Amino acid sequence: MIKFFLMVNKQGQTRLSKYYEHVEINKRTLLETEVIKSCLSRSNEQCSFIEFKDFKLVYRQYAALFIVVGVNDTENEMAIYEFIHNFVEVLDEYFSRVIMFNLDKVHIILDEMVLNGCIVETNRARILAPLLILDKMSES
Amino acid sequence: MPAVSKGDGMRGLAVFISDIRNCKSKEAEIKRINKELANIRSKFKGDKALDGYSKKKYVCKLLFIFLLGHDIDFGHMEAVNLLSSNRYTEKQIGYLFISVLVNSNSELIRLINNAIKNDLASRNPTFMGLALHCIANVGSREMAEAFAGEIPKVLVAGDTMDSVKQSAALCLLRLYRTSPDLVPMGDWTSRVVHLLNDQHLGVVTAATSLITTLAQKNPEEFKTSVSLAVSRLSRIVTSASTDLQDYTYYFVPAPWLSVKLLRLLQCYPPPEDPAVRGRLTECLETILNKAQEPPKSKKVQHSNAKNAVLFEAISLIIHHDSEPNLLVRACNQLGQFLQHRETNLRYLALESMCTLASSEFSHEAVKTHIETVINALKTERDVSVRQRAVDLLYAMCDRSNAQQIVAEMLSYLETADYSIREEIVLKVAILAEKYAVDYTWYVDTILNLIRIAGDYVSEEVWYRVIQIVINRDDVQGYAAKTVFEALQAPACHENLVKVGGYILGEFGNLIAGDPRSSPLIQFSLLHSKFHLCSVPTRALLLSTYIKFVNLFPEVKATIQDVLRSDSQLRNADVELQQRAVEYLRLSTVASTDILATVLEEMPPFPERESSILAKLKKKKGPSTVTGLEDSKRERGADINGGPEPTPASAASTPSPSADLLGLGAAPPAPVGPPASSGGLLVDVFSDSPSAVAPLAPGSEDNFARFVCKNNGVLFENQLLQIGLKSEFRQNLGRMFIFYGNKTSTQFLNFTPTLICSDDLQATLSLQTKPVDPTVDGGAQVRQAVNIECVSDFTEAPVLNIQFRYGGTFQNVSVKLPITLNKFFQPTEMASQDFFQRWKQLSNPQQEVQNIFKAKHPMDTEITKAKIIGFGSALLEEVDPNPANFVGAGIIHTKSTQIGCLLRLEPNLQAQMYRLTLRTSKETVSQRLCELLSDQF
Repeated sequence: MIKFFLMVNKQGQTRLSKYYEHVEINKRTLLETEVIKSCLSRSNEQCSFIEFKDFKLVYRQYAALFIVVGVNDTENEMAIYEFIHNFVEVLDEYFSRVIMFNLDKVHIILDEMVLNGCIVETNRARILAPLLILDKMSES
Repeated sequence: MPAVSKGDGMRGLAVFISDIRNCKSKEAEIKRINKELANIRSKFKGDKALDGYSKKKYVCKLLFIFLLGHDIDFGHMEAVNLLSSNRYTEKQIGYLFISVLVNSNSELIRLINNAIKNDLASRNPTFMGLALHCIANVGSREMAEAFAGEIPKVLVAGDTMDSVKQSAALCLLRLYRTSPDLVPMGDWTSRVVHLLNDQHLGVVTAATSLITTLAQKNPEEFKTSVSLAVSRLSRIVTSASTDLQDYTYYFVPAPWLSVKLLRLLQCYPPPEDPAVRGRLTECLETILNKAQEPPKSKKVQHSNAKNAVLFEAISLIIHHDSEPNLLVRACNQLGQFLQHRETNLRYLALESMCTLASSEFSHEAVKTHIETVINALKTERDVSVRQRAVDLLYAMCDRSNAQQIVAEMLSYLETADYSIREEIVLKVAILAEKYAVDYTWYVDTILNLIRIAGDYVSEEVWYRVIQIVINRDDVQGYAAKTVFEALQAPACHENLVKVGGYILGEFGNLIAGDPRSSPLIQFSLLHSKFHLCSVPTRALLLSTYIKFVNLFPEVKATIQDVLRSDSQLRNADVELQQRAVEYLRLSTVASTDILATVLEEMPPFPERESSILAKLKKKKGPSTVTGLEDSKRERGADINGGPEPTPASAASTPSPSADLLGLGAAPPAPVGPPASSGGLLVDVFSDSPSAVAPLAPGSEDNFARFVCKNNGVLFENQLLQIGLKSEFRQNLGRMFIFYGNKTSTQFLNFTPTLICSDDLQATLSLQTKPVDPTVDGGAQVRQAVNIECVSDFTEAPVLNIQFRYGGTFQNVSVKLPITLNKFFQPTEMASQDFFQRWKQLSNPQQEVQNIFKAKHPMDTEITKAKIIGFGSALLEEVDPNPANFVGAGIIHTKSTQIGCLLRLEPNLQAQMYRLTLRTSKETVSQRLCELLSDQF
């Protein structure tokens, strides 16, 4: 199962974090710092999976942004790796420019894709459907 | 997160958030928040009924205030009211507030549950979705009680919308995880299984997660899921990529769902029904075939998705372990990946192959890749990939290739990353023992291990080599000769001295005939190392000397002289002194016969599970190693190589100290005193009358306060006050603990005890005397503790105090603030020197960095005082940025001195610090960084 989903920039600032297992708020910062540190220290030649404490990190880098997913050993690393890309493509499709001003919507998208630590939807059209309804409502 | 979507207004909230962001200090923020709280409170209490929009706005503000870290004690009722709104945005904020701030107020829970019930019954899919998400987020017992019966119905009802089914499936999964007893299996189970047939792939995706978890716990109830999963998988795998429309990802049909279905099938053995089994085999073959076909797209996404499915299929093949043909094909496929240019694939291939190696069908096929794997070990640029290669070599090792693999691992060890050295050492030691045909090879291998990576050779490894040498008399002479030669090296590792001392003490007589290794030469060789060794090793050598007295009467006089010298008889260390006195006495009073009986050769050790294996299991977690060991054992007892193969159900794992009892030479730990020497207080093994209390509340905070200072009050309650006064110099320290009786009644049986874990005992030596067991009312007693830092340590000792007060038993534990930084000696240096040294310590292992939020106001003078209090020198005008702080110092331990450089970069705007520690030792950097980070 997925333990957490993080978006962190190269400066180590967390842009989005979503935990699917309870972690105390004050421990989260520490965890996030350690996570981003271990991702930043890696080069392109290294693989995208890191053994971290008792679980694994799967990460991808998009320009200055890292997306890091913590998973336990019941997940397929490659599937998660590609799932991150799927997520990014959904974001690309919905947002024309910088997403950081619309974090609430990024949350909605993530919630459509991952529920309770499980991948629940991968179909782009269906992921975006609720958001499009919301947009319509606020326009009218 | 200060993001307000446009169209949704709530200007008041946006203004409030930007106000907070503009606050210059914590105080200003609190002031602004209190003002807002008062405003909201008055609005909620006011006579005018609030409309939904205002309610939403204020609840939203409360939520924001809470997320900033402030307590919220009102507004719950208003949030619950929002739940019954018919507007989506209002309802959503209501549910959000409940999910984040739920408390077990029973009155409120009833209302919330009521609102959820209404929404579930509303048939409005959006509202149902919100309600289900709320249950899944909160997942409390009360909610489980209220809805565990309801949700399965929603899930399997024919007219439920697809999106609601998805939410319901994962909501149920949450309830099952938190309160499995409240989710009874029933009629619904068979209908849930049929969701695998649902037309909608999103529903199938969600249901598969639920079924997989349920099937792990109740395999019988969900057995039917196997055939359904197989047929669903078969439809996906054989479909043309266009059939599944949007669930096709870069020409791969539903990759994530395929992975989940293959996972589900791994909960079960191979299907019994031949038709199902045939269909599954067909699926797996198709997946393997597709890997060989030319890719449908050049995009990396295509091959990644395809490979995700492929790896999961291979996992299933390995899990079934029944189709030789598939296993060999899987192995060949992975073999191709071993040379792929994508690091990710090489990593995963090595990992999967590791499990393949333990199958009897594919073990041989895996072995054919040995050269590639060895090459990976030498050329991979990623340590985690190299680590996988080591694991795989370990897994594919058998008698035919053991010598080659062990040799490769040994040569890799010379350059291996520090982080994985210990594990490699353990693995080499295990393989060498397990596949040794010729025990001289085994002895050579272990001595090589000590030579190459002595620091990483744990106690277990050298205990084991001694056990084996003692149990096998054909190798004893060779072992004695080899250690004797190895000891000739001008600088040899302390572990070698231990092994050498022990083996020569037992079997030195076997090589004494050779004039080049006469008794006297053996003795002088060992004794030349004596003064360079730590206390436990010296103790062991003293035992060797007394054994020499028995083996070689001709060196008796020389040895007695050594024992009699002041440096032995009056040694400051109790253990050494005691041994010297007793051995000297033994050698003078005992007759030859008695001496020979007392110092008779060690009896063989009973066969038991290798202590090294136990250690590796502990390191890696039981599953990985056990699986491998057990399956290999089944294949043939002879593979074990030992004289009597250990039964698979080896009894309880012996602890390292239990092993040691057999050896009898070295004491368990330098500070562990024999139970009789009552003068020492550090005694974890004694049968104390009652258990040690858990740490007193606030102990951690108090502990942190003492990191940068030496004197103060450590603990205080109504009865007792504990004060500390301490001073440290180099690696030594003295601490006075003052126990003050704050009552007017006597404390009886007053016993303070210092408790150190085994690890800590080896690194920090504490000596003290017991105090008077009665403490009069109003009186204060003082206890002195002598401290010696043997090597760097991370834990802190615990001070446990037990006493009787007016008939009640009191038990208090506090952490004693003896921290590594106490052994700091400040070093002044100029800017140029500082940065030169800074650059020298540029290995990634030497640097530890932490970025953290300021917990206290960021005041320059206070920070300076703290750094000086921490023990390092504060270097002014060194850093080009005057706002930064740099420090330097040396940590003194008994064994070494460790130079430390630190740099603290405050960021006033973000209220953050970045702390960087560079020292020559990784664990030291780590510990100092932890300690200092807590201070700001």
